[in-house]
Amino acid sequence: MTVTSALAMVLALILLAIAAYTVAARRTFAAIEGFVAYGLLLSIAWVALSSIDVALTEAAIGSGLTGVLLIGAAARLRTTEAALSAERPGAPLRWLAAAASAAVAGGIAVAVLSLPDPAPTLAPAAAEHLASTGLGNPVTAVLIAYRALDTLLESIVVVFALIGVWSLTPDRTWGGRPGPEHAADPNGILAYLARLLPPIGITVGLYIFWVGADLPGGKFQGATILAAMWLLVMMAGLTDAPPISRTWLRILLVAGPLLFIAIGFAGALTAGAVLAYPEGYAKLLIKVIEAALMPTLTLTLALLVAGASERTAPP
Amino acid sequence: MSFFLDIFIVVTVSAGAFFFLAGSVGLLRFPDALSRLHALTKADNLGLGLIVLGLLPRAGGLLAALKLVVVWLLILLASATVSQMVARVARRGGSPS
Amino acid sequence: MSGPTLFGLCAAVLIGLGLYGVITNPQPLRKILAFNLIGNGAFLLFGAIARRGAAAGFGGDPVPQGLLITGIVVAFSATALAIALLLRLFDESGSTTLAADQPAIAEADDRDPYQSAEKLGVLDELRARSESIEGTNGKTSEIF
Repeated sequence: MTVTSALAMVLALILLAIAAYTVAARRTFAAIEGFVAYGLLLSIAWVALSSIDVALTEAAIGSGLTGVLLIGAAARLRTTEAALSAERPGAPLRWLAAAASAAVAGGIAVAVLSLPDPAPTLAPAAAEHLASTGLGNPVTAVLIAYRALDTLLESIVVVFALIGVWSLTPDRTWGGRPGPEHAADPNGILAYLARLLPPIGITVGLYIFWVGADLPGGKFQGATILAAMWLLVMMAGLTDAPPISRTWLRILLVAGPLLFIAIGFAGALTAGAVLAYPEGYAKLLIKVIEAALMPTLTLTLALLVAGASERTAPP
Repeated sequence: MSFFLDIFIVVTVSAGAFFFLAGSVGLLRFPDALSRLHALTKADNLGLGLIVLGLLPRAGGLLAALKLVVVWLLILLASATVSQMVARVARRGGSPS
Repeated sequence: MSGPTLFGLCAAVLIGLGLYGVITNPQPLRKILAFNLIGNGAFLLFGAIARRGAAAGFGGDPVPQGLLITGIVVAFSATALAIALLLRLFDESGSTTLAADQPAIAEADDRDPYQSAEKLGVLDELRARSESIEGTNGKTSEIF
């Protein structure tokens, strides 16, 4: 057994142990701590599977932003914990659930062990046309060129989720600012961090977005870092969340997908198919689409964490 | 030459791993939040610093080595801030959850 | 056992663990957590399949990896929507239980007093009391 396979086995065992702790922990906050640690270890597992872009996305969104969301929710729901633990199901239901889960896990394990060998792959097809897109990172080429329809629909789905979150606002606070008012000490340590970190964070975020064309990275990871910097500044009280009725906010949210759709339909006229890029303009159009999607993604990811508006709208 | 470099890397990364182990044991065994924070800072500052130092010779270029050091400095900044905030809450007597 | 197979089996167990968590945890927030475990397990399974498709100089098949990035972002959006639903349920009913036949307990701070009274079933009594107080013209707002 080589060192790498021993490390992979240890990593898999720790992943399972932390996942079991997340399911079985008594206090909700402990379960969320386990979940964040699980997400970070999962990023290392992604690196072990040679998927660096997915590792970056998992660390940023899957573990980071989801963790912030869950911690905020757990803090608000602190008082309900004691009442609900009385509703735990009895032993028969738990045995039944364990049997069902074991059956599902066993079925998937059998499927994993009987995967076809040699594995079918689309990597040669992806490599063949990589040069014509002008990109060096095949995953970015898949996201924005080969499966551009998926990315377009995903950017619309994310905006839909935001609209869904906003539609859960009570009538009396419709159009107001999301989230509670954060009033941290303006001379305290959190305000200090919120002044020191965003310049570095914005640089790193924009760098990861820009370098995603040729190296692991891309707009989702970069937009997450920018959204995290904005959330940090909001949580330190240095700026407030924008009211959701502001026109500029709504225009910026839809500008990215609308531009993407426009370029896609223009491709029908210039290159023969919707979402096709004309010869020689591929790299330029890809850059334009990604630059237009960045503000949309940043705003949407940050506002999804901020939640529904809870304060009445300013006049 | 590369033999001594390998020895250096093994020694520093092992020392960093030892400090991580010490920090984790402290996290599990110390009686209250403030002393647990004290144990964690050893893992963050010294443990990660030694591991980064050990990885520098194999970093593959000056830029990559600088990036590793920047990662360490950012983690120092974040952990210092969070330790202060957790310590303030712990001193007031509230529990983190 | 090769890397992808190992992580594929690990993903199968993760999905099983997550399913157990969804069924047996009474708290909706823990159910959302366990549901995220199922999702991450499914992503890990997909990633193992992507790793098996390594060819043409790439470390893994890039098409599943691109779909995985899309999946992680959409899973986060779904979690955000689920948490917004949960917080609204808590605001409306004061508890997050999913059981039926729970009385609606209104929070007292800045809620609309008319709606609170209606939910607690005391609106008629308050109306009767307000009509008996002189000079209020039967407006319930006068007695709050």
